[in-house]
Amino acid sequence: MNRFEPFVFLRDLASRWDVLAFIVVIGLIAFLGETSRGLFAPLSALDITPLSLDPIHLPEYAARTTFRMLAGLALSLVFTLTYATWAAKSERAGKLLVPILDILQSVPILGFISITVVFFMSLAPGRVLGAEFAAIFAIFTSQAWNMAFSFYQSLRTVPLELMEAAESFRLSPWMRFWQLEVPFGMPALIWNMMMSMSGGWFFVVASESISVGHTTVALPGVGSYIALAIAQKNLHAIGWAIGTMLVVILLYDQLLFRPLVAWVDRFRVEQEPGVVVPSSWALTMMRRSRLIQAATVAFHSIVLWTSRAVKRTDKPTLDAAASPRRSHDLLWVLLIVAAVVLGLWHIVAVLIKNTPLVEALQVCGLATLTMLRVFILIALASLVWVPIGVWVGMRPRAAQIVQPIAQFMAAFPANLLFPIAVYGIVTWKLNPDIYLSPLMILGTQWYILFNVIAGASAIPAEMRYVAANFRVTGWLWWRKVALPAILPFYVTGAITASGGSWNAAIVAELATWGDTQVQARGLGSYIAEATTAGDFHRIVLGIGTMSLFVVVINRLFWRPLYYYAERKYRLT
Amino acid sequence: MMNNTPLLQCNDVRKAFPKPDGAELLVLEGMNLELREGQIVGLLGRSGSGKSTLLRLIAGLSEPSAGHLRYLGQPISGPAPGIAMVFQSFALFPWLSVFENVALGLEAQRLPRADIRKRSLAAIDLIGLDGFESAYPRELSGGMRQRVGFARALVVHPNILLMDEPFSALDVLTAETLRTDFLDLWAEGRMPIKGVILVTHNIEEAVLMCDRILVFGSNPGRILSEIKVSLPQPRNRLDPSFRELVERIYVEMTARPQGNPSARHERFPGLGIGSQLPQVSSNLLAGLMETVAAAPFNGNADLPDIASDLQMEIDELFPVAETLQMLRFAELEGGDLKLTEEGLAFAHADIDERKRIFLRHLLTYVPLAAHIRRVLDERASHSARKSRFIDELEDFMSEEAADQTLRAVLRWARYAEAFAYDDENAMFSLENPT
Repeated sequence: MNRFEPFVFLRDLASRWDVLAFIVVIGLIAFLGETSRGLFAPLSALDITPLSLDPIHLPEYAARTTFRMLAGLALSLVFTLTYATWAAKSERAGKLLVPILDILQSVPILGFISITVVFFMSLAPGRVLGAEFAAIFAIFTSQAWNMAFSFYQSLRTVPLELMEAAESFRLSPWMRFWQLEVPFGMPALIWNMMMSMSGGWFFVVASESISVGHTTVALPGVGSYIALAIAQKNLHAIGWAIGTMLVVILLYDQLLFRPLVAWVDRFRVEQEPGVVVPSSWALTMMRRSRLIQAATVAFHSIVLWTSRAVKRTDKPTLDAAASPRRSHDLLWVLLIVAAVVLGLWHIVAVLIKNTPLVEALQVCGLATLTMLRVFILIALASLVWVPIGVWVGMRPRAAQIVQPIAQFMAAFPANLLFPIAVYGIVTWKLNPDIYLSPLMILGTQWYILFNVIAGASAIPAEMRYVAANFRVTGWLWWRKVALPAILPFYVTGAITASGGSWNAAIVAELATWGDTQVQARGLGSYIAEATTAGDFHRIVLGIGTMSLFVVVINRLFWRPLYYYAERKYRLT
Repeated sequence: MMNNTPLLQCNDVRKAFPKPDGAELLVLEGMNLELREGQIVGLLGRSGSGKSTLLRLIAGLSEPSAGHLRYLGQPISGPAPGIAMVFQSFALFPWLSVFENVALGLEAQRLPRADIRKRSLAAIDLIGLDGFESAYPRELSGGMRQRVGFARALVVHPNILLMDEPFSALDVLTAETLRTDFLDLWAEGRMPIKGVILVTHNIEEAVLMCDRILVFGSNPGRILSEIKVSLPQPRNRLDPSFRELVERIYVEMTARPQGNPSARHERFPGLGIGSQLPQVSSNLLAGLMETVAAAPFNGNADLPDIASDLQMEIDELFPVAETLQMLRFAELEGGDLKLTEEGLAFAHADIDERKRIFLRHLLTYVPLAAHIRRVLDERASHSARKSRFIDELEDFMSEEAADQTLRAVLRWARYAEAFAYDDENAMFSLENPT
């Protein structure tokens, strides 16, 4: 099993580039929010064919949702191949682009929707197309960032000898990109695409059933179906939706990801012996099919043909000591300064002018509440999943069964549990501040499980024999063998889970079932409320605060912990 | 037609890399080299002697800081079409089949599809890869992979073939087969190449394959001497004149650098802490001393003999022998390693006595060890941060070298119980942690 490595690209705690990136991103969001407000009124009426809860429509809805997911994935791929390449190839641009990506990653996905929906709808006024754009963009924002990070990291770690071979056989940069760099980054990229897909499903309700202020759009799809089922308190429909999702995710897995994983296996550079080669019936079928074969050959020819079309320059490119051009430097600095000034200006215009200090403090208080929740939940989830993960990881057979189940659970939208949560809280008069919280970690706890399983299965057999030989058992075994061995893996999982939980807070802190609404106090419900009210100042304030919290927690807590675990407990 | 222009000329080539503090790290200096048609020239030296750097300059993968490189009389700027390279770790693209890997260089030249196919198959055939065209590198053994590396280089019909330790990642038998096959093809003139430059750290390999051998020295990389090999091919390793040549190169490579005579007998406090130390474990030091002290060497060993006895390449053997010399446990001269009295005493001592002897020599002859010990002694806390010593060392060497040097001295100090180190908080101290 692959591991997602969160921080390998940025070693230092924080640099001025992070601050600049933060200003640029939040400034851009503030700008979009401000502009959206102007565009708001004329677009409030938008008619779409009403949805139906009749399960007969579900195949069509599922197909539409699937199409959106694919479109989002394709967009993410394009973004990855361009943005990450730019960041990796240009020393100068990378300094800013990488922190920007880090900040974008911390911006809650629903934040993007509420800010951008009006803009996208203005692109195709009065038509569904604009809303479709908005939904696809929302899915894109839940998929793109980690893919770009993974590809950026691959580009930076292409083995030197392969680069030299490409150089000495005079491959053009274009040819090198398609023949060396893309194939090299492919295994990690595919793995991240799978993770992204789960993220996309988790937010499927939010991205299809958009409600910002007076703008309400429900695009035909599984997500809107779930939203409608919740609004109409239809438990049968919820059941149908779960079934449909299960089928679609299974099909995705069997028809898209499994073949991809099996196919990409040959792209791996390091070849450890004894690793089970992934297999896929769909890939075998595709390879044998004439049509697919013809398509592969055609694709290969295109790559070669474009390689011929793009000229190479005869100049060593591996020497890093190329002299920097002054004029470009100046232009670049001016560009950054302009972006930062504009960003600052918009932040000031939107936030500081319109937000009383009291409110800002209040938001920080709410953020602290959410933070508390995230940490407590991660701790609780760890108590549950670490022992289970270790147990499973030591048994390959069990791991094979558990992994796909966990993968499905990671894609399970929190909204589907709203009926249970709301019913329980209302019936037994429970405290929503406590009992709504589990929804936050519903989708993200599985990353802890994934990683712990991976860590436990990576414990060398010899180490386990030694423990057995010296009869190291019980608590001593956990303390001295299992926990240290899985720690680097566990930290990676906890980081992913923590980031995801912040994101999920917006969905999880405000639950509705029919006209009953249950709310937990926190930054998530603050943003959710502001979104429903269409209050852009509050949305931007909420989003900005959340990114700030996420980034600071990452830098001060998770990243040092990650390096500590990597340095001390990584088994090599 | 006899061509008088050399295939390759290097004049006064120099290469330095900038260090973070603005100074530069000199890796190559005063490099002069000429390659004529029909020659195999060997670049022989230990790692860090800049021979691979020179090869990359010739390949056009990086640019010299000063000096000229000419290929067929034309200055080299970027990878030249007539120069191809074979890599140490093969550098095959794992996602391309054998055929596609070989064809890659021709694709880059945008030849017609039919030509690419014909030439690739011919190269695959020539190098003995028939039947493997559709295999992927992961399905091949190391030897077969390197054959793909050769085919990929030959298919572009280069005038010069550059080989960067092409056999060092292979096991002994496979390497020998590949060498023999290569020499056969070369002798029969069946390869489309006119000259070869071979980088190696294996003395016997150099003598076996090359017409001329350039022996490289380190710090900075430079040519120590040039040795002509006029033995007829195929050469026999057991031939006395072959052995004699190997012996001569050993002598050449263990000669004490001139202009640095004070290194042996004098030691001034504070002077010499800036010399880089090799990563050699105390076990290796003890092992070599024991071997040399025992029969048949009885305290004085011929380096080629001991190298073949212990199955060690010069890259492994030389640092150990030199460390013994630095610690005054042995003398290294004329290709011989002779134990000193203390070295003999060490070899025959028990563990505790060994540690005592080692401690004495370490603190007397390794200024850095003495310096760290003195700092720890003088401080009331008997502890000091690692960064303190790193900073001092960085006046003399790169950050990476400073770290390695500190690690090297720490290894010996731990064995001698001279001082301890806690990696958790990066502190040196006198006591061992509990």
